[in-house]
Amino acid sequence: MREIKASQIVEVVKKLCIEANYNLPDDILKGLKIRKKEEKSPLGQKILEDIILNAEIAMQEKMAICQDTGMAVVFVDIGQEVRVVDGDLEEAINEGVRLGYKEGYLRKSVVKSPIERINTNDNTPAVIHYRVCRGDRLIITVMPKGAGSENMSALKMLKPSDGLEGVKRFVIETVEKSGPNACPPLIVGVGLGGDFEYAAYLAKKALLRKVGERHQDILIARLEEELLNEINSLGIGPMGLGGTTTALGVHIEVYPTHIASLPVAVNLGCHATRHATFVL
Amino acid sequence: MYRKLNTPLLDEVTVQLKAGDLILLSGEIYTARDEAHKRMVEALDRGEMLPFEIKNSIIYYVGPCPPRPGQVVGSCGPTTSGRMDKYAPRLIELGLKGMIGKGARSEEVVESMKKHKAVYFTAVGGAGALLAQRVKKVEVVAYEDLGPEAIYKFTVENFPLIVTIDIYGNNLYEIEREKYKTHVKR
Repeated sequence: MREIKASQIVEVVKKLCIEANYNLPDDILKGLKIRKKEEKSPLGQKILEDIILNAEIAMQEKMAICQDTGMAVVFVDIGQEVRVVDGDLEEAINEGVRLGYKEGYLRKSVVKSPIERINTNDNTPAVIHYRVCRGDRLIITVMPKGAGSENMSALKMLKPSDGLEGVKRFVIETVEKSGPNACPPLIVGVGLGGDFEYAAYLAKKALLRKVGERHQDILIARLEEELLNEINSLGIGPMGLGGTTTALGVHIEVYPTHIASLPVAVNLGCHATRHATFVL
Repeated sequence: MYRKLNTPLLDEVTVQLKAGDLILLSGEIYTARDEAHKRMVEALDRGEMLPFEIKNSIIYYVGPCPPRPGQVVGSCGPTTSGRMDKYAPRLIELGLKGMIGKGARSEEVVESMKKHKAVYFTAVGGAGALLAQRVKKVEVVAYEDLGPEAIYKFTVENFPLIVTIDIYGNNLYEIEREKYKTHVKR
């Protein structure tokens, strides 16, 4: 067994929280620049220009790209030959979030109870997704997820008879309803199949894929392309103020499902879909 | 291309603003989001005063990041305005003239804006670092216990805004979206 100290995990999560919030991933920045050239609306172009400039300022000044520094969504792939010593894995992750949000001057956006709504003042707890895999590595990804786009996300348990057409309709409807609120241009994460919660998990995980990369399965890749074109014909545009750039990418992840089910989840990512990864 | 505006925001000015106008705003604006709005409306229900002069004022829907030492404010872009729709008409009736946020507004809010000559501006969502550079001074006004959700007075200089819904009810979201929509409904 390879031993990893809890204190190492704290340090990594802390750094990832700060890094993700200050630096827009290269693929998104590149996507924004390409789209700016193609955007037909003059106001849309101006907004894309501001979004790009903002990302550059955030990186140089070491400040948050967006004030909504989100709930920290943490994906942890644990190799089955790894043993965490000198502490508890979950506590270490939350301590890393606590320190990252404090030392990075990030906003504390988590309330203790959905009803009473008292701020926890340290942005914990994180939302953590564990996956046990082969090997002796610990792969940690931090995705600060803002509420603007999260609040416009949706899930539907379709009937198998709704088929591909039903899936397309639901994805388009969800983007159309979100209008300006989810801060377009979006990255549209789609989870198809599995069950109720697994579809939602896949949709979120799909947001981690690089903009410009397509699904390996040619049929799914074609569906992504088709949905992207259709979404960009909705007219919503940058920040919803009209234009031909409503999404930078549509990323679909699929999983086998029950004979009676067709779950589809749409997790919207804003133009600052931030994430950072480190392998321990 | 930009029109310069100063606070307080007067009726003589709001009647001239048209959806689509690009604005550079200077002066003092007040921040408030969900919890602060809830508390303000509760204060009014109890017959109490609001924590600042609402007449001819502008509210910015924002919850900023904390400043680093030496910084005026952290990242501070707009939040989704729709969550404040429940409270906005009450404040507009009392003389609130401008709101800054992002996203759609309800019919009730637009009706109230038309009736009382108030304007809805948007700032570019997610451009919090860029907008922070235009904030020159920050003071806490009320509800400090709410942290990022407290009411702050921001002194801004050339803060870039877009008139999104004017006092005549023209809605830039609807106007511009129609121009670029080529989608055929399934």
